[in-house]
Amino acid sequence: MVKKVYGSAAEALEGVLFDGMQIAAGGFGLCGIPENLIAAIRDAGTKDLTVASNNAGVDGFGLGVLLETRQVKKMISSYVGENAEFMRQYLAGELELEFNPQGTLAERMRAGGAGIPGFYTKTGVGTVIAEGKEVKNFDGQDYILERGIVADLSIVKAWKADDTGNLVFRKTSRNFNPPAATCGKICIAEVEEIVPRGSLNPDEIHLPGIYVHRLVQGQHEKRIEQRTVRKREEA
Amino acid sequence: MPWDRNQMAERAAQELEDGMYVNLGIGIPTLVANYVGDKDITLQSENGMLGMGPFPFEGEEDADLINAGKQTITELDRTSYFDSAQSFAMIRGGKIAAAVLGAMEVAENGDLANWMIPGKLVKGMGGAMDLVAGVGRVIVIMDHANKKGESKLLKECTLPLTGKGVVDRIITGLGVFDVVEGGLKVVEIADGVTMAEIEAATEATLVA
Repeated sequence: MVKKVYGSAAEALEGVLFDGMQIAAGGFGLCGIPENLIAAIRDAGTKDLTVASNNAGVDGFGLGVLLETRQVKKMISSYVGENAEFMRQYLAGELELEFNPQGTLAERMRAGGAGIPGFYTKTGVGTVIAEGKEVKNFDGQDYILERGIVADLSIVKAWKADDTGNLVFRKTSRNFNPPAATCGKICIAEVEEIVPRGSLNPDEIHLPGIYVHRLVQGQHEKRIEQRTVRKREEA
Repeated sequence: MPWDRNQMAERAAQELEDGMYVNLGIGIPTLVANYVGDKDITLQSENGMLGMGPFPFEGEEDADLINAGKQTITELDRTSYFDSAQSFAMIRGGKIAAAVLGAMEVAENGDLANWMIPGKLVKGMGGAMDLVAGVGRVIVIMDHANKKGESKLLKECTLPLTGKGVVDRIITGLGVFDVVEGGLKVVEIADGVTMAEIEAATEATLVA
């Protein structure tokens, strides 16, 4: 039987990291990020990474830790507003940044994973995003050509998995994880719990195990970025 | 008296109709949710949720349940979750009836700028470019003037665009404006504000 489950994030990453590689990472803000795999990549010291991820973490957490160690050469993101170190490196010209509209980034990952090398979208037509891209008119409307992303490695976070890699996500922590998972030549998923085969309902699996090559169970801090609450008496 | 933030949000809520799926942007647009009343509105959060509920009670925050502004929220009995590709498929595919967004500048031809000020901190467009390209109707809520007192309703945008010709309606503290052939049409004036005040505060061409 093929073994997908590894004992630690470091073991799961063995043999797949190399300098200059492209990584697609799941998560939105700090929600649903593969925090154990990010820490293990930091420890491995892999350099000159291009990372496709909606956000870049915050200072000291999430992808922010790989920025602090200068392991990232280029980010492909839609929003990076929460990270002062990112901004400092970017404004100093030490870090490349390719802004993608959020939906375009998600679709680039989905398309890459689905064997679609490019697609036309109306997002960004007439803006700086369209610069240098092919424009095609369909039925009277302009669209721009965007490329699918195929990454060397995908790192994602799910709630539960079985040992065959079938994944279930929880609430809004699903976000970019499924499209990111599909676009990697190798996908490693970290999960909160690996459950016995047969205990997940096949009708309720969010991402089939075919996309997941390696699995690791980990502890997750699950930091909250903006804690907003209402008072009970208001209810 | 010009409308304050809450009155602008209340006015924007009047744009929403029963059965609509709606995306509210960060800032003043978020306040619109407080004024939908009994209307059957489903709020979309582009990080992967339809049926967004209010903030949680203290102690019930869930790190796995946030909105696009990364704030902790709650789910409703109608809630569904999905991934980011699916989320933007419904946005780009025109399934979301309306988006209510903030703006730095709007031009009289409907151009919108709300994501970047060159030379200053650059945060990114997030989902704004996809939203304005895809949703049925784009409603902007913003102050009529910037901090320097200059009109934010312009003949042409000076900042990098979020979308070209995408805005349908603008709600400012002074009133409600529609993007029409030849300029902006004054649809409604805030109580106590005069047409002369609007003309004086607006760079964009106003049409009857």
